[in-house]
Amino acid sequence: MEGLVMEEVWREEATSPARIEAALRGMTSRRGGADDESRPLLVPARVLNLVAIVAADRRDEIENRLRRVGRLHPSRLVLCVVQDGWRGMTARGGVGAVDAGHGPGRVAVAYERVEITLDPRHLSTLDTIVDLLLVPDLATMVWSPHGYDEGVDALRRLTQVVLIDSHDGPDAAKALARATDLVHDTYVVDLAWLRSTPWRERVAALFDPIDVRPDLYAIAAVSVRHREDSLAAALLLCGWLCARLGWRPARLAAARGTLSGHAQAGPRDVEIRLEAVDMEPPGLDGVTIEMVSGAVISLDRAAGGLRTTRREAGGLERLGTLFGASRGEAGILGEGVRQALLRDPSYRPALRCAQIMA
Amino acid sequence: LTATATQLRDNPLVEGLERLPVPNTTLTIFGATGDLARRKLLPAIYNLAHDGVLPEHFYLIGVARGQQSDEEFRDFAREAIVEFSRREPDAEVLDGLLSRLRYLAFSFDDAAGYVELRGLIDELDDEAGRPLNRVYYLSTAPQYFGLIVEELGAADLNEDERCEVRVIIEKPFGSDLASAELLQRTVSSVFRERQVFRIDHYLGKETVQNIMAFRFANYLFEPVWNRNYIDNIQITAAEDIGIGSRAGYYDGVGALRDLVENHMLQLLALVCMEPPARFEANKVRDEKVKVLQAITPPTPAEVAQDTVRAQYTAGVVAGEWVPGYLEEPGVPEDSTTETYAALRLEVDNWRWAGVPIFLRTGKRLARKVTEIVVQLKPVPHLAFASEGSVGVQPNLLIMSVQPNEGVSVSLEAKIPGPRMRIRPVNMEFLYGTSFLSESPEAYERLILDAMRGDATLFTRNDETLAQWAIIEPILESWTEDGEPRLGTYKAGSPGPAAADALIGEGRRWRGL
Repeated sequence: MEGLVMEEVWREEATSPARIEAALRGMTSRRGGADDESRPLLVPARVLNLVAIVAADRRDEIENRLRRVGRLHPSRLVLCVVQDGWRGMTARGGVGAVDAGHGPGRVAVAYERVEITLDPRHLSTLDTIVDLLLVPDLATMVWSPHGYDEGVDALRRLTQVVLIDSHDGPDAAKALARATDLVHDTYVVDLAWLRSTPWRERVAALFDPIDVRPDLYAIAAVSVRHREDSLAAALLLCGWLCARLGWRPARLAAARGTLSGHAQAGPRDVEIRLEAVDMEPPGLDGVTIEMVSGAVISLDRAAGGLRTTRREAGGLERLGTLFGASRGEAGILGEGVRQALLRDPSYRPALRCAQIMA
Repeated sequence: LTATATQLRDNPLVEGLERLPVPNTTLTIFGATGDLARRKLLPAIYNLAHDGVLPEHFYLIGVARGQQSDEEFRDFAREAIVEFSRREPDAEVLDGLLSRLRYLAFSFDDAAGYVELRGLIDELDDEAGRPLNRVYYLSTAPQYFGLIVEELGAADLNEDERCEVRVIIEKPFGSDLASAELLQRTVSSVFRERQVFRIDHYLGKETVQNIMAFRFANYLFEPVWNRNYIDNIQITAAEDIGIGSRAGYYDGVGALRDLVENHMLQLLALVCMEPPARFEANKVRDEKVKVLQAITPPTPAEVAQDTVRAQYTAGVVAGEWVPGYLEEPGVPEDSTTETYAALRLEVDNWRWAGVPIFLRTGKRLARKVTEIVVQLKPVPHLAFASEGSVGVQPNLLIMSVQPNEGVSVSLEAKIPGPRMRIRPVNMEFLYGTSFLSESPEAYERLILDAMRGDATLFTRNDETLAQWAIIEPILESWTEDGEPRLGTYKAGSPGPAAADALIGEGRRWRGL
């Protein structure tokens, strides 16, 4: 999928939200009228507003990430660039398409982009600036990858969804606490949770055959291997198991790069162990689930998917593969945008358990 | 440590997951080197692997008559996937998937071949360490469906108490009512109905499934969805292409059997059905079959009056000269096969009595479009003068299946200016602008559903027979001395003039 290509661009110093909106309307209607017959007709997407609050010196990194999500790009992006000492408000607007290669007479879906540069002092009143830039009646998601929580809080009355990455926080416990605060009044899409999705799907699948399902109620130990800075994803995976299986989690203790402890599953304890390992991409590297009988099921990253290892209590070992292409970080972010329009009821209970363990 | 029976009935880990687990399966494709397998099935299976949806133990056995090794079949599959997959294949996923492919060469009437198939399935069960569900996909020429089913039964491959065994049968299911009934008798002598998945890939299209969402998840439309407010319904499946290299198949089938008997009657059923109590396979299919059974098959006299059949002659499509049907390679010069069919049907029930439903399909028409148009009645009193404008037109609700997937409603609006002049305007919902993600191919969804045992989007035996019961008298009348006469239409045109007479005075087809 090729990235987003901006076709019409506009810029104005010392501008106002009303002038920005007027400029966007003008650009879209010019292209909507197909004044240039060699180019495809642009029809504006009407799916989601995304407000991204980013630091000026890291803007390019975020722009690159958003460009690579392709079709899953939000239909209107309001990029709030925070720069110390900036005076007034400068805006750049643009209208572009993902599949801009289409020929004349074709319709291409248009994406709109507004960039405003502002001083950090504007963050507490960011809602008064952004309100006028949102397409009405669409879901609005806010994302602050560089930690401008003040800006997010200012926008909470305007937004239905907050995109976070618990992986980004200074420590996992604080990140999960922040997520817990947000879920009270907004729907939270957590990229750390989405990184654990393939693992959750595959663990659910491994226990889905009716003859294996009783093992869910005879788990003795869970071990999760994760990249050092992806502890939140590991905690959320264990939190999910606790919530879904009715285990009562307890705080885990840290020792030599490992968190360990127990959750109470009825009359017995389930041992939980989170271990940091060296690995390239952020996220999880493996999950091992051990039964009371001594049987073990493991999932590990492998070429072309996840490798499964089943070792029976008697020692017999079987290997398998669950196919699946890596989504990469661009795919994870795109999935985050898509998830803004869905509702996953299992995140909140998993978060609650994860926070207890953190 | 003991879980309760209730706990074991449901998997607690699946709540909130978008992709539900799929049982471990060995999928056997009969006709694995054919065009459908190459263009659709193998790429669909790759995309399921890419998305991480295939189960831990998944094997694909290709069966066809031509001799080749597993490796040669894997090369064939790799080329098919690279050429036709909707996304660029990931090399590691593709290699992994191909390693799960096996190939058996035997003629479909060769009993020894089925014994060999059984041996291979058992071998794969052993490799997985457990009995895997079995799905047989009949992707062969239709004349082999009954034979393969019988041979599967004779080889005891039709059931296994340790696992689920299912069969997917491609369309067409029979070539007329008698052959459909015969095939059904054969199928039901070997498989129970819950094991049988008759595929109509239209039902796997997102836009077709959206007909139900549109009707039953919105309060806005259902109050007017009846004979009191609806004047007529038009269902169109028009193609701008000819028959390509399919002359051998198409000339023996024609437009009525190729599209009307299955896809178009299914669309009709979805548009006219009552709301099901729940979105479950049998609840949905119960409602669809009621609609099909409420269509009174036309008498010979009605066939003459309410149907149009025609064949395209040479013409110009998109500026290019194209040959007529009789000049197409492989078509007999005296062929009377119709490449265009239009008919008027009525659903004789309380909701729809008296509402004409017009179906039309054809090759080499002006434009490629599949859509359903619901035309409401005109307003009972017109307060506005029509002078100086096109005037008030009946509202249209258009559900576009392809190519511009979406729904539009034509409304009347005042033309800006000092006078009260009215013209129609459109309110449009386009999939592309309202949903960012790409829709999966219909076959991906349907293969997955069959592996899971969900038959909601498959056609049940009584639906198939009801469809043939509607079409049968038309086929019979058409083959008796060519009555009604086979007309012609120019390639690139909207169809024969006789179709305009069919729709009746005061109405017109939506333009192509």
